[in-house]
Amino acid sequence: MFDGSPEDHFPVPAARTSAWRPVTQESPLVRAVLIAVALGGLAILVVAPLIVVFAEALAKGAGEALRSLAKPEALSAIRLTLIVAAITVPLNAIFGIAAAWTITKFDFRGKAFLITLIDLPFSISPVVAGLALVLLFGTNSLIGGWLVAQNFPIIFALPGIVLASIFVTFPFVARELIPVMIEQGRAEEEAALTLGASGWRVFLTVTLPNIKWALLYGVLLCNARAMGEFGAVAVVSGKIRGQTATMPITIEMMYNEYFSVAAFSLATVLALLGLLTLALKTLLEWRHADQLAATRRH
Amino acid sequence: MHIEIDEIAKTFGSTTALQPVSLAIPSGALVALLGPSGSGKTTLLRILGGLEFPTSGRVLFDGQDATGLTVQERRAGFVFQSYALFRHMTVFENIAYGLRARPRRSRPPHAEIERRVTKLLELIQLPQIADRYPSQLSGGQRQRVALARALAIEPRMLLLDEPFGALDARVRKELRQGLREIHDTTGLTTVFVTHDQDEAMELADLVVVMSMGRIEQVGRPQDIRARPATPFVREFIEA
Repeated sequence: MFDGSPEDHFPVPAARTSAWRPVTQESPLVRAVLIAVALGGLAILVVAPLIVVFAEALAKGAGEALRSLAKPEALSAIRLTLIVAAITVPLNAIFGIAAAWTITKFDFRGKAFLITLIDLPFSISPVVAGLALVLLFGTNSLIGGWLVAQNFPIIFALPGIVLASIFVTFPFVARELIPVMIEQGRAEEEAALTLGASGWRVFLTVTLPNIKWALLYGVLLCNARAMGEFGAVAVVSGKIRGQTATMPITIEMMYNEYFSVAAFSLATVLALLGLLTLALKTLLEWRHADQLAATRRH
Repeated sequence: MHIEIDEIAKTFGSTTALQPVSLAIPSGALVALLGPSGSGKTTLLRILGGLEFPTSGRVLFDGQDATGLTVQERRAGFVFQSYALFRHMTVFENIAYGLRARPRRSRPPHAEIERRVTKLLELIQLPQIADRYPSQLSGGQRQRVALARALAIEPRMLLLDEPFGALDARVRKELRQGLREIHDTTGLTTVFVTHDQDEAMELADLVVVMSMGRIEQVGRPQDIRARPATPFVREFIEA
């Protein structure tokens, strides 16, 4: 069995000069299949649902859809969602920058624990988070009871919705920033310090410009999630129509009550808000493409 | 400026980076801290620059205790190993950074900043690159820009961490000469860290050989070559 020449056991394929291509490239057939799978998946999972939502909203004509959006219930939901996002996103941007800065620029005990803690909202069901807030700040709790007595209720009110949204969207900014800041290291900040800049100036002129794209992505993701959050908000808001019902909650209530045009019209607005942030991101990337390329790496 | 290191020690947690070391650096000298990685040379340099604080011991600048001075107060021109140029700023903005960071009352007017940056670009023999970004420069150009940026603050001393480490052999030789010339024109007390004994011996007035957080020998290059004080020094300079 082993007496033959090595070529018997390890045949050397004949050179195929006709089908030459880079080693990392697959054959045309494999490429076509992969592209088809990716596009097919996108079409079924992303594009089709969007089209269905738009179609349902317009099922009885654009006039009917617009009339349903002009109702106080829908307007109040849109306003509430925008207010919640407007409070949640800046706060989480600040928390996220602070957390990422602490984790990447300093060495201290319990760093791994802090990183795990940041991920906690991703691993805990939003409903559980909402229930925890109710237990902590509900009327029957010590803090909650006192706050209600001070005429500042948290649960079934705006502060509770904001707290729930902050909890659920907390990881987005920090998670975007940490890898970028680790990759960039501390050298540029140290250089700025040796040149006489104060800590605050270093942050504004060196750190922030270096992380601004990651920060933007984090903020956009955080914003999309804050506007769309359902589970945690459903628990803490009490779903009071026209008062504490955000857009996702109002959509669900309308749908359950068979107001399908109203539900899908509002869903369309919510989807469009999400698409708007996406378009904004693309526009910024496109406008600053040269700068983006220059700041990526040396 | 005369620098004196008095029994400086540094530990990080349970690891000792520097045993208590003492060293006097005469004003205007060009000094090399030479040693293998882990010998404590970079830690010593960072302590001089105020980027790291010693666990014990003192640093004296011109006889004054400078141990407690912040990194900003030290006014040390620091050139980092990979240069740490601000990637989102042009070469001009990089060099002007230290001048613009000064408090308002001591900040030079715009025209003066422009004049000084232009002069520094001439000093490093790269007058044409003011508008480029660091990513558009070669390794050697980046090193010279880092040097100009450090010089812009009119430093009291120049500290360089492996200034030639990231360059290929030919550029390295060229820039050694460049550093020597800049040192001679400015007269600044200059300390650079290197693991390359040729570089230390060729460039420095005074070579400090370090190993395992200790100073093994201090001397002029020819003296160290002629009379290595310890077996480690003999082995290291022969390698």
